[in-house]
Amino acid sequence: MSEVSPWVILIASIFTSNILLTNFLGMCSFLACSRQVGTALGLGTAVVFVMICTAALNWCIYTYVLIPLGIEHLWFIIAIAVIAAFVQFVEMFVERFSPTLYHALGIFLPLITVNCAILGASLLMITRHYGFLQSVAFGFGGGVGWMLAIVLMAGLRQKMTYSDVPRPFKGVAVVMIITGIMAMIFMGFAGMVKI
Amino acid sequence: MVFLWSILVLVLLVVGLAVLLTIAESVLVNYGICTIDVNAGEKSLEVEGGQSLLSGLIESKIFIPSACGGQGTCGFCKIKVLDGGGPILPTETPYISRGERRDGVRLACQVKIRQDINVRIPEDLLNVKLFSATVKSTAAMTGDIKEIRFSLIEPAEIFSRPGQYVQIMAPSPDGPVFRAYSISSATYETNEVELVVRLIPGGIGSTYLHNLEVGDPVEFTGPYGDFIFDEDPETELICVGGGAGMAPMKNIIISMYKEQPDRTCWLFFGCRAKEDVFYLDMYEELAGRYPNFHVIYGLSEPKDDDDWDGETGFIHLSLDKMIEADGGKRQAFLCGPPPMIDAVTRVLQAKGLADERIFYDEF
Repeated sequence: MSEVSPWVILIASIFTSNILLTNFLGMCSFLACSRQVGTALGLGTAVVFVMICTAALNWCIYTYVLIPLGIEHLWFIIAIAVIAAFVQFVEMFVERFSPTLYHALGIFLPLITVNCAILGASLLMITRHYGFLQSVAFGFGGGVGWMLAIVLMAGLRQKMTYSDVPRPFKGVAVVMIITGIMAMIFMGFAGMVKI
Repeated sequence: MVFLWSILVLVLLVVGLAVLLTIAESVLVNYGICTIDVNAGEKSLEVEGGQSLLSGLIESKIFIPSACGGQGTCGFCKIKVLDGGGPILPTETPYISRGERRDGVRLACQVKIRQDINVRIPEDLLNVKLFSATVKSTAAMTGDIKEIRFSLIEPAEIFSRPGQYVQIMAPSPDGPVFRAYSISSATYETNEVELVVRLIPGGIGSTYLHNLEVGDPVEFTGPYGDFIFDEDPETELICVGGGAGMAPMKNIIISMYKEQPDRTCWLFFGCRAKEDVFYLDMYEELAGRYPNFHVIYGLSEPKDDDDWDGETGFIHLSLDKMIEADGGKRQAFLCGPPPMIDAVTRVLQAKGLADERIFYDEF
C-alpha cells in the first residue's frame, strides 16, 4: 500500500498532478464545455461528485469483492458500470434541480460516463495501490483539479472573445494552444511530491 | 469456479445498480400531481407532473396549435407562462423575441411541468375542440390538388371565423402528428369542413389526406387563426392567392357574400399554366350573381396550346394594373408561397394599404 498521506494526495492531484493538464484525461468535454464559466462550473461539480462517489465505491468493490474472489479481470467492466449508474443518477438530479444547466450541458452530461478522467481516476488508484482514504482523497482532488482546469479555461475563453485572434487559430485551435501553455505552467509544480 | 463468481458478481452488481437507479428515479423524477392555473382562476387543471406543458394541456382538452409534434421546431405553441415555468431554455430562444420574452411567452412543448404553473391562454384557443368526422367526398381539382370534405360526428358543429384553420391528426411512424390546413368551406356550413390540399411529395399530412377515401374516419382540432375579418360593408376586400393557396379565400368570399351581397371584393389567383386553374367556373358564376365581385386568374407560364384569354404574368403585376391607389378603406388577405407574398405586399403598400390591413398565410 502507498504510504503517502491522503492530504498530500488531495493537494497534489489538484495542483501538481492535475489529471487533465498532466495526464490529459477528459479532454473532449474540456474543449466542448469551456465556453461559459457557469456551464464549466456546473459540469465540473458533476464530475467532482461522480468521481468521489465512484472512487469510493469502486475501491470497496475491488478490495472486498474482486480480490477475495480472485476475479480482478472484471475490474474494467465493473468500474465503468458503476460510473454509468452514477452518471444516470446525476443526470436525474441535475434535470430536477437545474433545468438550465441540464440544457446547457446537453449531451455532455450523459457523456460523463465515458469521460476518461473518471475511469482514469478509478484505474490509477488501483495501480498506485491506494487505501480507502487515499482513494477518496484522490477522487475528490482529481475532480476538483479537473474542475479548476475547465473553469480557468472558460474564464480565459470568455476574455478571449474580446481579443483579436488570428483567423487560422480561431476556435478549438487557440484553445489547444492555451491548454498546452496551462499544462506547462502546472508542470512547474511537477516533481514536488510523488503520488 | 472463477467463471461462476465472475458471472454472479457482474449480475448482482448490475441488478443492484438498476434497483438503486429505479428508486432514485421514483423519488427524483416523480413530480406528483401539479395544478395548471389558466387565465387567473378561469380554469384549474390537475395534471401529472413530469410531462410537457403542451401534453398536459392537450390531456385536459385544451388544444394549443402545434405542427411539429412537440419537438420545438415549429414555434406554434406559444403561450404566456406567468410563473412556475422555470428559466427559458436554449431550445426556445430562436422562436421568442425579446418583447415576448419580457411578457413571459414560452413554447408550451418545451416547458416541463415540475410544479404548479400559472398560464395565460387566449380565449380563442380555449374554444378549440377535438373533432371526429368522416370523409364525405373527395375530388381532384388539378394534378396534385384535391378538395376533401368531412362531415362532423362529434361535436356535430364547428363555429369558426372566416380565414381560420384546423389541424388534422395524421399518423406517422413516430405516433400521430398534427398538420395545419385552412378551412375552405363557408363558415355557415357548421356541420361540415372542407379542405383544399396540395400533395407534397414525402409530406406526412398531405399524403395522408390524399389517400383518404369516402367513409374513412378522421380527427382534427380547431378552429385556429387570428385573422379578424372586417365586417364593415364599405371595406373593399382584396384576396390574392397562388398555387394551392386557395382554401382560406374561398371560405372568406363565400361566407361574406351570403351575408353582404353588395360588398366589393377582388380575387386574384396566380397559377403556372391552364392545367393548374381550378374553381374558376364557380367564381365566374358567383361574379354573375354579385356584380361587385371581380375574379382575375393569371398564368405565369402559359403553355403554347393553352386556350387562355385572361391575364398572363405574375399575379402581383395584374394586381398592380387593376387596383387603383388610395381607393378608400381596404383589407387584404394573401395566401401562397413566400416570394409571392413579398411581391404582393410591396404592391399593396404602394397602393396605400397599411401593414395591419394586410394579412397573410405563408407556406
